[in-house]
Amino acid sequence: MSYASTAGHDEHHDHPTGIMRWLTTTNHKDIGTMYLIFSLIMFMVGGLMILAVRVELFQPGMQLMQPDFYNQLIGVHALVMIFAALMPAATGFANWMLPLQLGAPDMALPRLNNWGFWLLPPAAILLTLPFTLALFGIGDGAIATGWTFYAPLSVQGGIGVDFAIFAVHILGISSVMGSINVIVTIFNMRAPGMTLMKMPMFAWGWLITAFLLIATIPVLAGAVTMLLTDRHFGTHFFNAAGGGDPILFQHLFWFFGHPEVYILLLPVWGFMPQILQTFARKPMYGYKAQVYSFWGIGVLSVVVWAHHFFTVGMPVPALIYFMFSTMAISVPLAVLFFCWIATMWRGSMTFETPMLFAVGWIILFGIGGLTGLVLADVAADAQYHHTYFVVAHFHYTLFAGGIMGIMAGVYYWLPKMTGHMYNENLGKLHFWLTAISFNLTFIPQFFLGLAGMPRRIPDYALQFADFNAVSTVAALVLGLSQLLFIYNIVSCARGGKKATDKVWEGSDGLEWTLPSPPPYHSFTVQPVIK
Amino acid sequence: MAALTRIEERQEANRRLGLKLLWLVGGSILFAVSLVPLYDVFCTVTGLNGKTQNTAAQSAAVVDENRWVKIEFTSSVMPGLSWNFHPQQNSIMVQPGKIETVLFEARNMTNQVVAGQAVPSVSPGSANNYLKKIECFCFVRQELQPGETRLMPLRFYVSPDLPEKVEAITLSYAFFSAVKKAEQGERAAF
Repeated sequence: MSYASTAGHDEHHDHPTGIMRWLTTTNHKDIGTMYLIFSLIMFMVGGLMILAVRVELFQPGMQLMQPDFYNQLIGVHALVMIFAALMPAATGFANWMLPLQLGAPDMALPRLNNWGFWLLPPAAILLTLPFTLALFGIGDGAIATGWTFYAPLSVQGGIGVDFAIFAVHILGISSVMGSINVIVTIFNMRAPGMTLMKMPMFAWGWLITAFLLIATIPVLAGAVTMLLTDRHFGTHFFNAAGGGDPILFQHLFWFFGHPEVYILLLPVWGFMPQILQTFARKPMYGYKAQVYSFWGIGVLSVVVWAHHFFTVGMPVPALIYFMFSTMAISVPLAVLFFCWIATMWRGSMTFETPMLFAVGWIILFGIGGLTGLVLADVAADAQYHHTYFVVAHFHYTLFAGGIMGIMAGVYYWLPKMTGHMYNENLGKLHFWLTAISFNLTFIPQFFLGLAGMPRRIPDYALQFADFNAVSTVAALVLGLSQLLFIYNIVSCARGGKKATDKVWEGSDGLEWTLPSPPPYHSFTVQPVIK
Repeated sequence: MAALTRIEERQEANRRLGLKLLWLVGGSILFAVSLVPLYDVFCTVTGLNGKTQNTAAQSAAVVDENRWVKIEFTSSVMPGLSWNFHPQQNSIMVQPGKIETVLFEARNMTNQVVAGQAVPSVSPGSANNYLKKIECFCFVRQELQPGETRLMPLRFYVSPDLPEKVEAITLSYAFFSAVKKAEQGERAAF
């Protein structure tokens, strides 16, 4: 095997040690690790913010905070979770696993890779710094518009908006660089003999994500730049008095914002079939169908954006177009669901933690998808728009579909990355606590939304009190049970039962041919795929 | 050494593809910027979003004597402008093709010279292109002396081509402060 020749290779290099190793590294495994750790830290930061919000919502009336601070928390929570937790986690997996799965020695553009990561911490600081500045009497806190930056509110906002605009610029540059790197790696660095239709599903998911990022991040960057010039340089892009239009902002934002949903999910859809086939011990069902579905969803995702603001006052033909095009996405998505289920069908399944997360993920993400169909219906959306129904829906897609998917990936690859097995019992406990408390947090929010409770409001009418209390208690359990996750990861990194090269009985793919943990430099001689 | 050159070759290929993708990013940025004028053109052509063509129209040739359409007027003053502003009639009945005049009254409540710009919007949007303004105070910036009250005319007609199902049209005016634009002359950026 090719990797055997690389085992003694490490000593020849003069690696910087300590902090300089991490600052200057161009090694895909180091950078992947940094992405994943950064993501985990920001996941906890964003989680703390929303727990404060949930505690405020425990009872009607204002207990803890001022409404303006509440508005800051919900907006920064979303920005942190999307841009600093979910996206870096996916990029972290791409860094770690793409070269291993494709049989490449490293990512194609290693220095770009390093730069891409080190842009993230400054962006995260920019995003959250206004909270601290406000304590010293500078400015009035972080961005208080919600994560969508809607004009004209964002044109009028305080310095928090400017900080968020620059943070989004930097995060966008980082994502675009990461995407370029992924595309070049996938196109140029595959092992000899690995055609595009032979490469792992995860690479396909990331390839589409990368193209979507390149197509849409510049639109977001353009929109927030216009916002910036509106705020400070006298332009009127979104100001009706000067001939602009605030609705234009919503179009620009969601032209990015809807593909962003699939940007977050496609990498997960990529590795999930690999997890399912590992623990079902049979090959993935419908590889080609899944690849074509990815393309279908990728293309459709950029032509459906206006379903996020059906109530803005669109003409009926536009409403109908956006309704049907949105619903059309459920066709390739249903193909994916059937492929995932068929992969498990009559398999010899065992339920280790990654598989628990994967199966739970299919069910919960399915609920997220189906409630999305309800919202895609123009007539129904008029009732549900801007209520807690929407909040519950997108947490089923992004927490269950996104973060729980990422957790499945973490448990799946952690033994490969660290060389140790994690604590299986703790992992299972983490899954059950997460799945149950997640449902108890968000199922009540569906009912709250149906009953008409608006989102983004710090106070609510008395009749919503019981559901909110349940949701808050469950959210606290959900937050606390993530400490198990962190404990399990840390103790797994420090030691534990040695993991075999293959780790799982049914694992299949190039990454499992390497030792656990893989050597610092792997596949310096590329394997040949037959 | 053969292996080394192969690595260098691949690095070169990677760099080339990376630069090509950078062009794609540039294209996306260009697309984002061009969406602004495209959006304006799209809205003006289709009349979506209540955007009216803010230029004087020609008068209609024929008057449809058999049809009456209700035209409602609403007015609002945006924050930053201390004016009173309202139409003298809240609604009128018109015959398509016939030219009507409605007066709007604006009063400067401050002791300073203040300029404002009225921005019209038509609802339903599908009626947008059928409401023809011949003369409107919204075509130019209005400047009021301290305490001045001004009666401002709106002359318009409804095109006889107005779709049958439209029985009422609301014309809304929002007055914005236009102080900053005083230096930029009369150009109202529509």
